[in-house]
Amino acid sequence: MASTADHADHADHAGDAGHAHHEPGFVKKYLWSTDHKMIAMQYLFTGMVMALIGGYFAYAFRMQMAFPGQHVPGFGFMAPGEYNGLVTSHGTIMIFWVAMPVLLAAFGNFLIPLMIGCDDMVFPRLNRLSYQIFLISAVVLVASFFVHGGPFGGAWTAYPPLSAKAEYNLTPLGATLWLVAVALEFVAFLLGGINFVTTAMNARAPGMRMWDIPIVIWMIVLASIMFMASVGPLVAGAAMLLFDQTLGTAFYDPARGGDPILWQHLFWFFGHPEVYVVLLPALGIVAEVMTVFARKKLFAYKTVLYTAIATGILGFFVWAHHQFIAGIDPRMANVFTVTTVLISVPIGEMCFVYIATLYGGSIRLTTPMLWALAFLAEFLIGGVTGIFLGASGSDIYLHDTYFVLAHFHYTFFPIAIIAVFAGITYWYPKMFGRMLNETLGKIHFWITIVGFNMAFIPLFICGAAGDHRRIYDYSSFPDLAKPYLQNLRILATVGTIVILFGQIFFLINFFRSLRGGPVAGPNPWRANTLEWTVPSPPPHGNFAVMPTVYRGPYEYSVPGREEDFWPQNLPD
Amino acid sequence: MKPIATTRSATGIPTGRLALWWVVGSEIVIFGGLLASYIMHRIGHPEFGDYAAHTNTWAGALNTFVLLTSSLFAVLAHQAAEKGDGRKAHRFLWYTIGGAVTFLVVKGFEWTHEIHQGYTITANAFWSFYYTAAGLHGLHVIAGAIVMGVVAHKAKRNEELQRVELVGIYWHFVDIVWIFLFPLLYIAK
Amino acid sequence: MSASPEAADGHHTNYVKIWAILLVLLVISVLGPLLGHRTLTLVTAFGIAGVKAYIVAAHFMHLKTELKIASYILVTMVALMVLLFMGVSPDVMKHDGRNWNNDAAKAETHRAESAHSAAGAEH
Ligand SMILES: [Cu+2]
Repeated sequence: MASTADHADHADHAGDAGHAHHEPGFVKKYLWSTDHKMIAMQYLFTGMVMALIGGYFAYAFRMQMAFPGQHVPGFGFMAPGEYNGLVTSHGTIMIFWVAMPVLLAAFGNFLIPLMIGCDDMVFPRLNRLSYQIFLISAVVLVASFFVHGGPFGGAWTAYPPLSAKAEYNLTPLGATLWLVAVALEFVAFLLGGINFVTTAMNARAPGMRMWDIPIVIWMIVLASIMFMASVGPLVAGAAMLLFDQTLGTAFYDPARGGDPILWQHLFWFFGHPEVYVVLLPALGIVAEVMTVFARKKLFAYKTVLYTAIATGILGFFVWAHHQFIAGIDPRMANVFTVTTVLISVPIGEMCFVYIATLYGGSIRLTTPMLWALAFLAEFLIGGVTGIFLGASGSDIYLHDTYFVLAHFHYTFFPIAIIAVFAGITYWYPKMFGRMLNETLGKIHFWITIVGFNMAFIPLFICGAAGDHRRIYDYSSFPDLAKPYLQNLRILATVGTIVILFGQIFFLINFFRSLRGGPVAGPNPWRANTLEWTVPSPPPHGNFAVMPTVYRGPYEYSVPGREEDFWPQNLPD
Repeated sequence: MKPIATTRSATGIPTGRLALWWVVGSEIVIFGGLLASYIMHRIGHPEFGDYAAHTNTWAGALNTFVLLTSSLFAVLAHQAAEKGDGRKAHRFLWYTIGGAVTFLVVKGFEWTHEIHQGYTITANAFWSFYYTAAGLHGLHVIAGAIVMGVVAHKAKRNEELQRVELVGIYWHFVDIVWIFLFPLLYIAK
Repeated sequence: MSASPEAADGHHTNYVKIWAILLVLLVISVLGPLLGHRTLTLVTAFGIAGVKAYIVAAHFMHLKTELKIASYILVTMVALMVLLFMGVSPDVMKHDGRNWNNDAAKAETHRAESAHSAAGAEH
């Protein structure tokens, strides 16, 4: 494996060569770096650690669901308050500290400068600051697990008055720390998002037109813009909630002129676009992987782009479908039903575009490709079940049941786990210069997919039978304590354990290949985009000579060419 | 030292300024969310009008005048910076900071008076909004003044003169927020 | 220390003129309520705020001469806030509708209004 110092000597700016002779210290290299690739790794590893914590929580409360009131191996007995804290923390962690940092921040940081052909983000120090704030936010959240009263247990949506008043939630410190952590996390991603968008808009390589930008970059940029545009009201709302908690202001207190419904609106005005904030990068990753392993041009690049923009815009018009039974104006429920059903059109279109990309390609079922195909299949189930929840009539029955829970796990798991594994297994050679083991990769894939479906298909049935999401123990509900439902719950718990067990193979593969995997070389997948034209891992400054772009990113199997790929930077 | 990325400008807008437009955009939705929430409460609760009667229109008007004037200084500083006159830009930036300080002093007197009368942030939702909206804006004033001090310090030695424009744009945005806060909190009674 | 005077003059007067216009608008918006006409107050207060904001954005922030994309970014964000208002206000602004009543909000308004008129009667 070539050392970083060798490449720095080739860098076209002489200043760097001088630095390269002394190795920077541990802190400078790993914690204080402004290099976008190092910051991407920081986000990736923080996200992975948080995913393990979130997964452990899922194990603990699923055991409680399967065997209520019994001793959970590796956790102990679980009190109702603890159960609430665990589910709340699981949701919060998986969305804000796993999906966001990995999909947006890790892939965004790693890919944007490499794929658009420049040496770093336009604001490297801002980038570092963004990660540091993010790290602090993670520390604050983890700290809230250990304070007096335990972590906040009012669900990741934190509706007042439960979240606003300590006499209701019984976690005065936990609730405040939770809110502070989420607010800090927003600040980190605002800084990061501004950096991403500005970099992609301004720092593209010469010759790279709008439609020469790889789709994944477009998706990350659109997601960052959506995040910026939607999070503002919630930042204000979070400040208001924080004051309600700590000072005793009256924002969400109807008895003093406030309104608790306001929080729900501010939360979901962000919360729904947030789904697309993580979905779009996932779709982008899948597009990159599918084109490479189908050896085929992406079907209808511009359609994908416009569809993504349409999704982004429509995504702002649907938020109140989360509030159909909250007592919102019934006329608004009609409006939001229509918009919600409408948004399945662009998403469905996107699925068709991907299938059309596969059609007639020479498909290679490598591990990343398996993940990408699984994304399409599993996300489809998530999308289709969403229709029932988007329509206010059926949502009134299904609201807050396990049906909802299974639905959004069928969207978020493909996004935050399946697509992320597609991305990690695909870019691992570029990130670390080594190939992953395919056999271990496929074992990991199949165990995860089987476990995932085993965990969540039963929950659709439980939800339709009436299981409410936030119940600690069903044994006192005669209708829900029936044996067939309990067996389904146990099956779901087994599925969760299977998923977690499968991740052992990933971790072994990941860490063993860091040193022991075969050397990857610059372009092991024979891909077109610019990151594959530089050594693996890319040196500081990325490109020895800044690239010029001559064509789009998906010119695979072009007739008349000897090779079945055509790198973007190759002159005609 | 600066990455090559920073020097590129595919859109035609310099990177710093482009980023600043996004900053302003993301601030619009923060203030927008707060003010939209306030407006719908204000319309829904006629009693808010009675509470608003206790705010001091003249103090609000004075502060509007102060901020408008400080915005003038900020734009004059930008004009000077564009001509490469860092010292002049430095002077105008300090006039702007003077405006910020005056604004905060007036606010201080206002709040002290209101709190003494018993209108604290916890009194009811109107006063919660009143202090939070003005307080969030005040934080932006403080942050802007600090950044302006740093920019002025460099500008005096003719360094990083492009930042004078950037901090100016930010300051005008803070001014615009107040332009809307003034009628919302003081005039609509 | 001072810039060459002929270079400074061209724009200098312009900015001061814009500032003077802003001050005139400020005076109108303060004097508007004194006429005691509610609609007029709203027009002078918020209409003029809009005009002032436009002037500051166009001339001081130089959005007039900036590339269009900057204005698009800002206008999009403002439009989203209008959307937020339209979506949320039916629930928060109104305290009843078909099949629903916000009793707590109504009670608070009633309590505050009667307290206010009681205080007013003492004067
Ligand atoms: Cu939604």
